[in-house]
Amino acid sequence: MSEALASLPADTAGVKRRDGAAGDRIFYWIVLGCGLFVLAVLLAAAISMAMGGLLAFRTFGFGFLTGTEWDPVAEQFAGLVPIYGTLVTSALAMIIGVPVSLGIAVFITEVAPRSIRGPIGGAVELLAGIPSIIYGMWGLFTFAPFMSDYIQPVLIDWLGPIPLIGALFSGAPLGIGMLTSGIVLAIMIIPFISSVMRDVFLVVPAQLKESAYALGSTKWEVVRDIVIPHTRTAVVGGIFLGLGRALGETMAVTFVLGNTHNIAVSLMEPGTSIAATLANEFAEASDDLYRSSLAALGLILFVVTFIVLAAAKLMLVRMAKQRGE
Amino acid sequence: MATYSGSLYRRRQIGSAIALTLCGIATVLGLVFLVWILWTTLIHGLSALSPSLLTEMTPPPGEDGGGLANAFMGSLLMVVLAVIIGTPIGVLAGTYLSEFARGKKIGEAIRFVNDILLSAPSIIIGLFVYEVVVRPTSRFSGFAGGIALAFIFLPVVVRTTDEMLRLVPDVMREAALSLGIPRWKVTLNVLYRAASTGILTGILLAIARISGETAPLLFTALNNQYWSLDMSQPMANIPVVIFQFAMSPYEQWQNLAWAGAFVMTAVVLILSVVSRSVLNRKGGK
Repeated sequence: MSEALASLPADTAGVKRRDGAAGDRIFYWIVLGCGLFVLAVLLAAAISMAMGGLLAFRTFGFGFLTGTEWDPVAEQFAGLVPIYGTLVTSALAMIIGVPVSLGIAVFITEVAPRSIRGPIGGAVELLAGIPSIIYGMWGLFTFAPFMSDYIQPVLIDWLGPIPLIGALFSGAPLGIGMLTSGIVLAIMIIPFISSVMRDVFLVVPAQLKESAYALGSTKWEVVRDIVIPHTRTAVVGGIFLGLGRALGETMAVTFVLGNTHNIAVSLMEPGTSIAATLANEFAEASDDLYRSSLAALGLILFVVTFIVLAAAKLMLVRMAKQRGE
Repeated sequence: MATYSGSLYRRRQIGSAIALTLCGIATVLGLVFLVWILWTTLIHGLSALSPSLLTEMTPPPGEDGGGLANAFMGSLLMVVLAVIIGTPIGVLAGTYLSEFARGKKIGEAIRFVNDILLSAPSIIIGLFVYEVVVRPTSRFSGFAGGIALAFIFLPVVVRTTDEMLRLVPDVMREAALSLGIPRWKVTLNVLYRAASTGILTGILLAIARISGETAPLLFTALNNQYWSLDMSQPMANIPVVIFQFAMSPYEQWQNLAWAGAFVMTAVVLILSVVSRSVLNRKGGK
């Protein structure tokens, strides 16, 4: 990056030319306008959603966040059930997705022979390209039956009788539900997390690793004690990026979560999430209070994902700055 | 003493082998799911493909036959609208970031917000467009759908334009400016030409992304059972039709959903693989 160019004001670049100065000024204002437009979009989205949800917040107050009732007929709306579903499915997705992503990233950067690194990385990235509605269909028609036939009965038999955590694995093997959604979400976010991890693992200075090897460290010890600590910030940033995706993912979850407004301890039970509720009910919400309640849910999702994504971005930027120096 | 340290070393070796094997298993697991998902789509989709897919309209419930012609057309129109809206704004905003905002706080802010938009839940974009387009006009429409897609299209283009322009060496800018050419002409004739492949593949990547988007269309474009080219009316589109048909209890609808899903996935993956490979080749240099 040349500093001289950066400090050069746009409208003095061609000051001696007849058309230059005016043209440059106009061009500058056009591109600045487009840049500011991007900024304005986010603000406008936040404001419009806040306005849309205003009626619900005014009507139900703080109880909107803590109540569990969702009854369009009686015009009673409260958001705890979808909020709970969003948090539980995202948590499950992270519990499953993070270790697997870490494994894939370590395998690609440290274990796999050079010749197959590219293809494997490309294949994992292909997972990210599949439209989310395809995950939903696959989840509903193929994976949910697989879960109810093979996985859930085993979990219910083996983990169900254990005190405390047994409650999580009780009930009927329906196939759809929190656990299935969590797994489908995990598959969806693995490409994002693992590609961030892979990229940052690749830039760990070779000297650091070599000196650890020279002291007699095994490969795994190098990963655990050198590579991961060195890239910690970016790794957490990548995880947050995945969390942001998981929180707001709509179509995949809508298919396999069951869309019922109830809170159950068991992970086998169907539930709903903010995004799934919006997808299922918004087009049919006819009266203002119903629609406003849905917009209020949207606002909550927006605020939460904004915080998560902003944190992810800040951590990744800090890592990139370290790398640049 | 020697045997003790020997066994300790052995234990560490075994531990390492176990951990690395688990990493290998994780990778295999990831690939298994990839193949499984693609295989499911391929099998269901291929068996449901038929010529009527492209010639007939979406059928009413419980009726045999029918295709997805109106939905394909609707998707095409909305994607084209999104590209028309999103490309100029995106390229120019990317130009601002790379050419005029270096080291400025406002540039950092825009880049930050753009990255947030890039990963923001798409259903939020749908809700936003509903509030600003559908509600004031009080009708679902193809325009609203296209605008919603444009907001998802935009950040991808901004980002790739920004990155591709920054890859253009400063020597080229300096050489052109030293000839006394005004800056806007340098940008249009030198920089855009140098970065054109990259920007174009970025646009392709963005098209791939919006082609499969469902959530933002659910309450902007909605759906339409008939052939319609009127973008001020509700409009059929592939993702929403797939959603409705797949969730329905009718087998014929589900078959059509699989056929649509197959075509959509094929298009999206081909677009994204092609654009990614070009981008990687350019970025790697």
